[in-house]
Amino acid sequence: MNNTTYFQEQFDKLQQADNSKGLTAVRKEAFRDFNRMGIPTTRNEEWKYTRISSLFNKEYQLAAVNTALTAADINAFRLPGYETANELVFINGIYSPAFSVVRSKGITVQPLEEAAENEYKAIVAEHFNHSKDYVEDGINALNTSFIHGGIFVHVQQKQVVEHPVYIYNITDARTTPVLSQPRSLVHMGVQSQVQITETYATIGNTESITNQVMEIMVEQDAILSYYKIQNDASHASQVSTTHIRQTGKSVVNTVTISLNGSIVRNNLHAVLEAPYAEAHLYGLYFQQGNSHIDNHTVVDNAVPNCLSNELYKGILDDNATGVFNGKVFVRKDAQKTNAFQSNKNILLSDAASVNTKPQLEIFADDVKCSHGCTVGSLDEEALFYLRSRGIPYKAAMALLLQGFAMDILEKIQAPAIRAHVEELIIQRLTTV
Amino acid sequence: MLRIENLQAGIEGKVILKGINLEIKPGEVHAIMGPNGAGKSTLASVLAGRPDYTITAGTVEFDGKDLLDLSPEARAGEGLFLSFQYPVEIPGLTTTNFIKTAVNEVRKYRGQEALDAVSFLKMMKEKMALMEMEQPMLSRSLNEGFSGGEKKRNEIFQMAMLQPKLAILDETDSGLDIDAIRIVANGVNKLRSKDNAVLAITHYQRLLDYLVPDFVHVLYNGRIVKSGTKELALELEERGYDFIKSELQQEEAVS
Repeated sequence: MNNTTYFQEQFDKLQQADNSKGLTAVRKEAFRDFNRMGIPTTRNEEWKYTRISSLFNKEYQLAAVNTALTAADINAFRLPGYETANELVFINGIYSPAFSVVRSKGITVQPLEEAAENEYKAIVAEHFNHSKDYVEDGINALNTSFIHGGIFVHVQQKQVVEHPVYIYNITDARTTPVLSQPRSLVHMGVQSQVQITETYATIGNTESITNQVMEIMVEQDAILSYYKIQNDASHASQVSTTHIRQTGKSVVNTVTISLNGSIVRNNLHAVLEAPYAEAHLYGLYFQQGNSHIDNHTVVDNAVPNCLSNELYKGILDDNATGVFNGKVFVRKDAQKTNAFQSNKNILLSDAASVNTKPQLEIFADDVKCSHGCTVGSLDEEALFYLRSRGIPYKAAMALLLQGFAMDILEKIQAPAIRAHVEELIIQRLTTV
Repeated sequence: MLRIENLQAGIEGKVILKGINLEIKPGEVHAIMGPNGAGKSTLASVLAGRPDYTITAGTVEFDGKDLLDLSPEARAGEGLFLSFQYPVEIPGLTTTNFIKTAVNEVRKYRGQEALDAVSFLKMMKEKMALMEMEQPMLSRSLNEGFSGGEKKRNEIFQMAMLQPKLAILDETDSGLDIDAIRIVANGVNKLRSKDNAVLAITHYQRLLDYLVPDFVHVLYNGRIVKSGTKELALELEERGYDFIKSELQQEEAVS
């Protein structure tokens, strides 16, 4: 365990400063868990290939109260279509009402501690911190230990939210290394529909970490589209946990696009708790330099007749390293489960590498499950085919990689976001 | 236009071409026939610049340039086209996007401006009609899920779009039914002019019924052992390649 006394001091400070009664007890319990488990090392099977312990060897500023960020600083990171979007801004892990705009009716955003006390009390009690049962390490507990400035997002039942929700996780690391720990709980009522896109940005040059936990609860007949774009600075690391619990027959589409960052670890969970619930998990990572990308996914089928479909594709260049771990649980009662999983990788250099591992744990006997993974280099025959038509080597390579990425990009149903991501990919292709 | 002299080449240490000599002039159609393993596809690959092959001797001059010194893309720019025996499937890249990139890269190589959208579409429509192709096929991923005939039609469509000086057809007829062969051969015939040439590599006479060659060469064991006119192809069809082999043996015995 690194930095024990430092975290203890910071923890005591926070407990005194923010004594809202719903959260002090939660933090206390989580901090006990954190001290017990600590920052995961590579001895932890789930962190075997992702070494984050060394990141915690320095003192981070936790929960910066006062940053000098202006709207202009944030403008640089706004996603296309922001003029009509609901924009939720976190600065150093703290929700900023001043920078945020909620435009759609049917969606409300309030401080997590308030929701824990008001009419949403029961929902918060039942769903908040559900993710901890799916991650056995101190990093999730660390987020919960320091919950402060988190939000509860409520999507009213029968509301199709007409404007997308853009969430910006911004870290102001201009003066000192920062540990940002955004926390949110999203509740989608029955028959509601919403589209969420999240992005991460670090301003300044000190090495910083974002340790985010977002929990989303999806009720009967609701439809969630969730896009994550990770294109942060090369000195910024993050652990991003997205825990989706489908309590009713509902549809969830997620696309995770990871293009840059120092160490990026994603935990994406789809917990299917109602028959006929459907989850689609797609991901594309395209890393260069020394960056490291780790996608850990969990699909938990607890009941019969659910469907999950998972496809992650990766391109790794230079010294970049990748990890894919896809866990699928099919519990005893989850008969007629359909669960598909695939991970495909292209390595563009000899120094790039990837560790990929499907992990299916099936306890029911009448199910349809498949998994597969590939690791290879660019298809030489395809390259020659394009070159023989007059397309120069670099351009041919770019076309092939773009084609490789295409079936993931097609899964982004928001045209503005898709165009934005395609643009980022095309830019990246000019540098391989 | 193309002058091959004493071309020797191989792959992974194995010598396949053992001294090829061939000259093709503008306006001509040449056919290269021969049994399996004679080196027909190797010749096509070496001419197009497939990276796996090693050239051990000889020269190839294409319109006055040293062809073997050019990258595959530069050969295309110079006006050489290879219709693949096994066209590659490329998921995620539409035929339209692919051919547009190719046309404009070749134009760039030749110092021409990129085609504007209208001219490109017009040209594409015209060539699609030539190859009896429909738009949906071009909107699909390149060759992905195409039938054998569709793939070969797509090859000739690309040839029509790129307007090469020399088209090398590597077993374009293999695996095709008679209707597909007719469409493919008609396409090639309509593209013929006094300024361009065709080198058709084939195992059978069938394609040559439609694509009447001026010269027929027999490739055997890495060498062109017999050349003639279109009648030679008919003779081969009738008597098989064995008669060539026995002729060669007799020659060797005499010498």
